This record gives sequence, structure tokens and C-alpha cells, in this order.
Amino acid sequence: MKQAVDWAAFPDVRGHFGPYGGRFVAETLMGALDELQGVYEKYMKDPEFLAELDADLQNFVGRPSPLYHAERLSRELGGAQVYLKREDLNHTGAHKVNNTIGQALLAKRLGKTRIIAETGAGQHGVATATVAARLGLECVVFMGAEDIQRQSPNVYRMRLLGADVVAVKSGSRTLKDALNEAMRDWVANVDDTFYIIGTVAGPHPYPAMVRDFQSVIGREARAQHLEMTGRLPDALVACVGGGSNAIGLFHPFLADESVAMIGVEAGGEGVGTGRHSAPLCAGRPGVLHGNRTYLMEDDNGQIIETHSISAGLDYPGVGPEHSWLKDIGRVSYVSVTDDMALRAFHRMTRTEGIIPALETSHAVAHVLDLAPRMRTDQSVIINLSGRGDKDLNTIARLEGIEL
Amino acid sequence: MSRIAKRFAETRASGRAALVPYVTAGDPAPDVTVALMHDLVAAGADLLELGVPFSDPMADGPVIQLACERSLAHGTSLRDVLAMVAAFRERDRETPVVLMGYLNPVERMGAETFAEAAGAAGVDGVLVVDLPPEESDELTGVLARVGIDPIFLVAPTTSSRRLEHVTAAARGFIYYVSLKGVTGSQTLDPAELGARLSSIRALTELPLGVGFGIRDAQTAAQVARVADAVVVGSAIVRLVEQFPAAPDQFRAAASALVREMRAAMDDARMAEAPAPV
Ligand SMILES: Cc1ncc(COP(=O)(O)O)c(C=O)c1O
Repeated sequence: MKQAVDWAAFPDVRGHFGPYGGRFVAETLMGALDELQGVYEKYMKDPEFLAELDADLQNFVGRPSPLYHAERLSRELGGAQVYLKREDLNHTGAHKVNNTIGQALLAKRLGKTRIIAETGAGQHGVATATVAARLGLECVVFMGAEDIQRQSPNVYRMRLLGADVVAVKSGSRTLKDALNEAMRDWVANVDDTFYIIGTVAGPHPYPAMVRDFQSVIGREARAQHLEMTGRLPDALVACVGGGSNAIGLFHPFLADESVAMIGVEAGGEGVGTGRHSAPLCAGRPGVLHGNRTYLMEDDNGQIIETHSISAGLDYPGVGPEHSWLKDIGRVSYVSVTDDMALRAFHRMTRTEGIIPALETSHAVAHVLDLAPRMRTDQSVIINLSGRGDKDLNTIARLEGIEL
Repeated sequence: MSRIAKRFAETRASGRAALVPYVTAGDPAPDVTVALMHDLVAAGADLLELGVPFSDPMADGPVIQLACERSLAHGTSLRDVLAMVAAFRERDRETPVVLMGYLNPVERMGAETFAEAAGAAGVDGVLVVDLPPEESDELTGVLARVGIDPIFLVAPTTSSRRLEHVTAAARGFIYYVSLKGVTGSQTLDPAELGARLSSIRALTELPLGVGFGIRDAQTAAQVARVADAVVVGSAIVRLVEQFPAAPDQFRAAASALVREMRAAMDDARMAEAPAPV
């Protein structure tokens, strides 16, 4: 990919990133999506709205999040300097809140009184329940029955925050099914309900809107790295479920040709086993959840079950912008197995005193491999998308410990 | 004239509303479907809507979701569904068959391959629930070449600007979603429905079918007074759950329900004749 791309021109007016994206939903939702696109475009240019958003990000979320030089880990790896963009320090413990703050402010502008969301790991559900509590809005979170088991601390947090957590028992009982159910609820309650999607997937304008709300990560990281080192980083690494923390870090750097970007998908038990969640590495383009993108399907076009140790990456699709960035070669996508992610989880915890989320541990795992192959005067930023408290039950169980 | 146009010309001429039962292909088992289709026609169906099962039926309620799961448990593929239509056509060359499903299985097969196979099987219309007219150029193009009508949805939330767009792209008939919600939802307001259909008729000559939320003969009769076609899905599919191990009894119950709806719809129209709709 050598010719200059006008990154700001994507997506086009109908939400296309090259052949990907778009709006593939039943007619009932088309009006609501037009309405959402209208307010989103209007308010993203509205100084008053942007000032309110900034103030909330600063005072409620705690931004800017630090860019932390992981010196001990860097030394041990003996290669590139590793920097961590500390999204785990945000209120509610992950990057997800950057987006829910923004969408909730839009919901308020639209006069909606009810918020719905889907969640996998529960981080997006918690971030949504949090902003709904703060704004006094009714909140319903759809969560796969299997994920409710895996992420019980977050389920309790959402309930404490006043959200109604609905167990989704259809299909594979994970994130994709929660998204289906949230869409069904939205169709039926579209007059008073705002659907806060938690990642850069879904029909237009969600992939662009969520990206824009998450891009604060990359804008800050770029300025912080320049400030700390006087130069741009050489590589950016982020885990990819739907792809919101990754695009949030990557997007403000897209025009910086010297910066390599790597998205890390969940390799589960290994991409060769078929038991994984790595559509960009091992899937093919199709249409799911309102957009055209890489996804995991069988020969008949049925969506297949995914596997990952981390509920937040356990998704058969991926944001359409990532599909496009893959095809044009601007970002490379790799996968990391459950075992590699677990080892990285422990390494980060013991070496830097930071307990990363299992999702995030996939990005860390890739850097454990990448940094030693780089020079010590180079640097790599990991998006430390969330903290691992929610995963302690999962980790303990794997080690045979009852908490 | 296409089979769909011909059928609506007949029902309009006889002052009836068409009855369009929906069943999910391959539910409860693939070998039931073709016989069931013939049963439904014998019981008074004018057109048939055949659901193509999909793993993630986002616009469907729990009844049709479960039907998809039952069908997919048998491995029913889009090709299998087309084979069912072809088998149905061996004995019935008159009754139009409309496929209703989601885009991904069609994309996986390839739009062109699908259109040719569907044409050869004797499919008359295709409704892809998650394919709005804006994204449909490729598929409608290849369907047109084999004489298959693209059927589009209009919803209570469709703006008048969009309505023009949808009616311009639609062929065969317009499928009006009678309520905000997924298939199998409750509440349908016949008065509001009548007003809404009139505003659509101002923009198109195409027949108007109404579906989503028609659960019994009484509602079917109310809708038959104002619509050209009444589509009944979940109310029929739900019967599968009543006879989990007895497909023959399900077929009999489905036929009985269609017969009852047919009678109620025709009575409702008779009572009003000769007032035009
Ligand atoms: C901490 C954390 N990181 C990453 C993800 C994956 O989402 P995305 O790819 O949209 O960033 C999640 C999702 O739940 C998460 O909780």
C-alpha cells in the first residue's frame, strides 16, 4: 500500500470502507439509523457537545490515561521499548467507557429514556450501566448465558448499577447472540430506546461513530509518545474482538506511514483447530450484524461458534474498517492462542504490577514475541485496553483454585 | 405474466385477499417440508413463503429462531431449500413460492449462482430481510435476469422519502411489516394499518401483503379487509412445538389453522363486498 489514502474520507456517506461496512438491517431500523447518523454528524461538529464530552472524559472517566513506559518488561525482553496506553485506569476499568459516554450524550440529545446494550466480557455492559445510572436512564443489558457464567463479577456490578441483565439463551449463548437480542429489542422499542453498541461493528453509523469516540486513545497516545521521546512509535499493538480499542489507538496514526500496526485476534486453541475467534486471520467476507466484513462461517454461510478464553474476543465478526485495513495492507492481523495469552497475563502481572484483562493479554502476548525482534531504540505501544479483575475467577479456576 | 402477478390478478378479480402461510424450510425435518407445502395449498394458501434457515435470524422472534435451529440441526442448506422448491414444483406449477431469509447464505453461494439455481427450481420471489434497497443492486440485478421478483419490506417507521425509494425497487408485492418488532410479536392495530396502507397505495400499484403479528383467524380477517395479502408465520410455526415428535399431526394442525383463516378472511371480505379496498 504505497499511494496516499485520504483516511478522513472513510467511510463514505453510506458507511462503506471499500467493499465493507454498509447497512444491512431490516427496514424497521432504517429510520432509526438515519436519525442516529443525523445527530451524530451534527453533534460531532458542535463545540458545546464536544466540550461536554471532553469534560466528562476528564472528570468522570479520568482522562487522559497515562502512557506508561514498561521499563522492566522492556529490559527483560531486550528489544523495543514497550509503552502501555493505560485504558485499564479509566473509570470502570477498560476503554469501553470512552464510547458509552459519547453515545449516552447523544441519547440524551435525542430525548431517549431507555438504553440497551449487548455485552460479552461485561465491560461494555458495566460501562453502559454506569453512564445510564449517571444520567438517570433505564438500562437493559443483553448478555449470553455462557458469558454470564464466565464473567459473574461484572454481572453483579451491572445489577448494582441498576441495570436489568437479560440472559440470552439462543444460539451459542455468547456475544453474537446478545447482539442479535439487543437488535430485536431495539426493533420493538425504537421510539424511546437508544442502542449503545460496544464495538466498531453493527450497521452504519456505528462503526464510524464508535471509532470516533475511541480515537481519543490514539490522539492522546500520539501526543504523549512525541512528548516523552520526541518521535513517533514504531509499532502499535492491540487486541481485536470487534476492534474498538484497536481502531481507537490506530486511527489517529493511519497517515503516519512509519508506524506499523498489528491487530491481535483470539486464536483460541489454535487457528488450525477451527476452535478460535480469528475472522481476519482465518475467516472470509460475509454479512453479519448489519455490515459486510470478515466473519467465521461454514460452507453454507451459517455463522459458526467461536472459541476464546476471553469472552470479550469471542465474536465471529469484526469491525468492517479492520477488514478494509487488512485488505489494503495498512494493518496486519495475527492471532494468539489461549495459552499464549495466559502466559502473557502472568508475565505482565509479575513484571509490571499490572493485571491485564484476558482480552488485553492477547496484545501483550504478541509483544512478548515482537519486541525482542526490534532494536532497543525502537518503541511499541500496547493498548492496555482493560484491567483483569473481572477475569480472576476464570484464571483461578484454570489453576484449580476456588475463590 | 409472473406467477405472483397472475395469482394477485386472480385474487383481486375474485375479491379475496391472498393468504400466504410462512414455514421455515426443513422444520421440523427436511422431509416434511414439501408435503407440508402441498397441504397448505390444499387448505387454501394462495402463495407460499418458505423461510431459509439462518444461524442468526436478527429480525425474527423466538418462534422462528427455534425453527431455524431445528432446521439447521438437520444441516438444511440454501441448496437443500432450493431442492425442496424444485420437488414442490413437480406437482404444483401454479402456486407462487417466495423465499424469505438473510443475506449471508446467499452471499456464500454467490448472488448469480443463487439466482440461476432459484430460477431453475421455480422460485418466484426473494425477500432478504437484512438487505435494504440501498444495498440490493447486485442481487436485484441478477434476480431480474431470471425473472424472480425482489420483495422488500415497508415498516411503520419507514419515512415517506424512503417509501418512494422502496416502492421503486420492489417487484411482485410489497411486504408491509404491521408492527414495530420482530416476527411473532403481539399487538396489531387494524385502523392504523388501514391508514398506513392507503398512503402506500398512493405510491404503488403493487399488491400489499401484511405480516408480523397475525396470530389468529380473527386478526387475519381484520387484515384481509384492508390488505391484498395476509402473511402468517409464527402462528403456524409455533404448532411444531405442540407436536414435537409427530410431524403428521403438525401438518394436520397447520392445515386446520390455514383453513380456519381462509374461511374467516373470505367471510370478512364477503360481508363488505362490493366495497373496493
Ligand atoms: C478489556 C477489553 N479489551 C478488549 C475488548 C474487545 O473489544 P474491542 O475489540 O471492541 O476493543 C473487550 C471487550 O469486552 C474488553 O473488555
